[in-house]
Amino acid sequence: MILPDAEATFEVLLQKLKPLITDNTALVGIHSGGVWLVDRLLPLLGRPVARGTLDISFYRDDFDQRGLRAENKPSQIPFDVQDQHIILVDDVFHTGRTIRAAMNELFDYGRPASISLAVLVDRGGRELPIVPQIVAAEIPLPVSQNLQLLQSEDGRFHFELKDSL
Amino acid sequence: MLNPQLTPDGKLRHLLSTEGLPRAILNQILDTAESFVGVAEREVKKVPLLRGKTVCNIFFENSTRTRTTFEIAAKRLSADVINLNVNTSSQSKGETILDTIDNLTAMHADMFVIRHAQSGAAHLIAQHVAPHIHVINAGDGRHAHPTQGLLDVFTIRRYKPDMHNLRVALVGDVLHSRVARSEIHALTTLGVPEVRVIAPKTLLPQHVEKLGVQVYHDMREGLKDVDVIMMLRLQNERMSGALLPSAQEYFKCYGLTPEKLALAKPDAIVMHPGPMNRGVEIDSAVADGKQSVILPQVTYGIAVRMAVMSMLAGNSA
Repeated sequence: MILPDAEATFEVLLQKLKPLITDNTALVGIHSGGVWLVDRLLPLLGRPVARGTLDISFYRDDFDQRGLRAENKPSQIPFDVQDQHIILVDDVFHTGRTIRAAMNELFDYGRPASISLAVLVDRGGRELPIVPQIVAAEIPLPVSQNLQLLQSEDGRFHFELKDSL
Repeated sequence: MLNPQLTPDGKLRHLLSTEGLPRAILNQILDTAESFVGVAEREVKKVPLLRGKTVCNIFFENSTRTRTTFEIAAKRLSADVINLNVNTSSQSKGETILDTIDNLTAMHADMFVIRHAQSGAAHLIAQHVAPHIHVINAGDGRHAHPTQGLLDVFTIRRYKPDMHNLRVALVGDVLHSRVARSEIHALTTLGVPEVRVIAPKTLLPQHVEKLGVQVYHDMREGLKDVDVIMMLRLQNERMSGALLPSAQEYFKCYGLTPEKLALAKPDAIVMHPGPMNRGVEIDSAVADGKQSVILPQVTYGIAVRMAVMSMLAGNSA
């Protein structure tokens, strides 16, 4: 299958996000791909926007089967969550379980005014009633395939399609 | 030889000792602890990882700080915690350790944190329990106190991130110190190039240099240009024996005073596993001084114990 160009998809995400930014918007990226996206997005939004990162390792629902992921990173929410409009940013939206975990973690920082979800790609396969508000590209994929966002050293994005194990 | 702490595929199942732990696992514990440091600064200081799990702190020997930090760590992971001071319970009625463990297992305990005066107690229990149960050694005799060793290493790494370029000195009663042993193994595995021990001959184990450390009997010489000074607790009961002349004499030779601290690097940090004997191994001016990181050690102890517990709980045999 032919994958869209990741840089062009990123441009779509940026244009769709721009009108949603208000004075108390914060962008929160989910490790790792979501954080890359947030860091590329922030300087292009034309106004200062609060930045946060989440690593949802401590909130996963498959901990009993898979244990703790070896490469977890600290979550950083350096702003007061109370009354913020938070936009969660992730690279590939699949089952929705990561977003469930991210929302649970966010609420342990406080009570946001709202949470919305922006993703680069919706690949289908939802298992929870969670719907992204912003989708830059829809790429329906069978369960047997795994789409990953990669970032090269110069910061540019590309997609990689792999067979899942 | 099979490492009793690891699952067949090399993951951490019990934490009994820092000896023989691969560098990758040590780093994973320290990195994970880093993630838990932030949790304590949030409005809700809990994560749901161990929800529904039961952690039993079984202390056959008293230790308020260690027990409390394990308890807080388990609670911040959302586990249910049972504290047992076995001095005062059924052991005094003649029950064996393993019977105590079996009874708690029958009550569906998932993890045991064990403190015991006998070296090897935690090993014994680890070999006995069912595959889904995890054991953490919270100090066994003179043998090991791995979470203390790890939290000390974690504290060092936070203040001195370049571990490959450090001089660390451990000062005091190395002979009776399970903390010293756990630290030495962790530091050498993580690639700290120079670990010194500073102590009178009577407080050093025989052949201590085989652990990869340099031995000093003169504290002034040993502290020269070190980055980290780790003071060890001098247990009062050692004073009554033939090992030491007197507390005053000990303080004169091996107590850390501002004047001796000045021999180390100007940005050296001072650590102590607690409880401190002020005026015996450490001067109050140093313990409360700018270079002291003794209280941060306690704070980081919680994050490190959270890291260990959450890693173990996910790795069943």
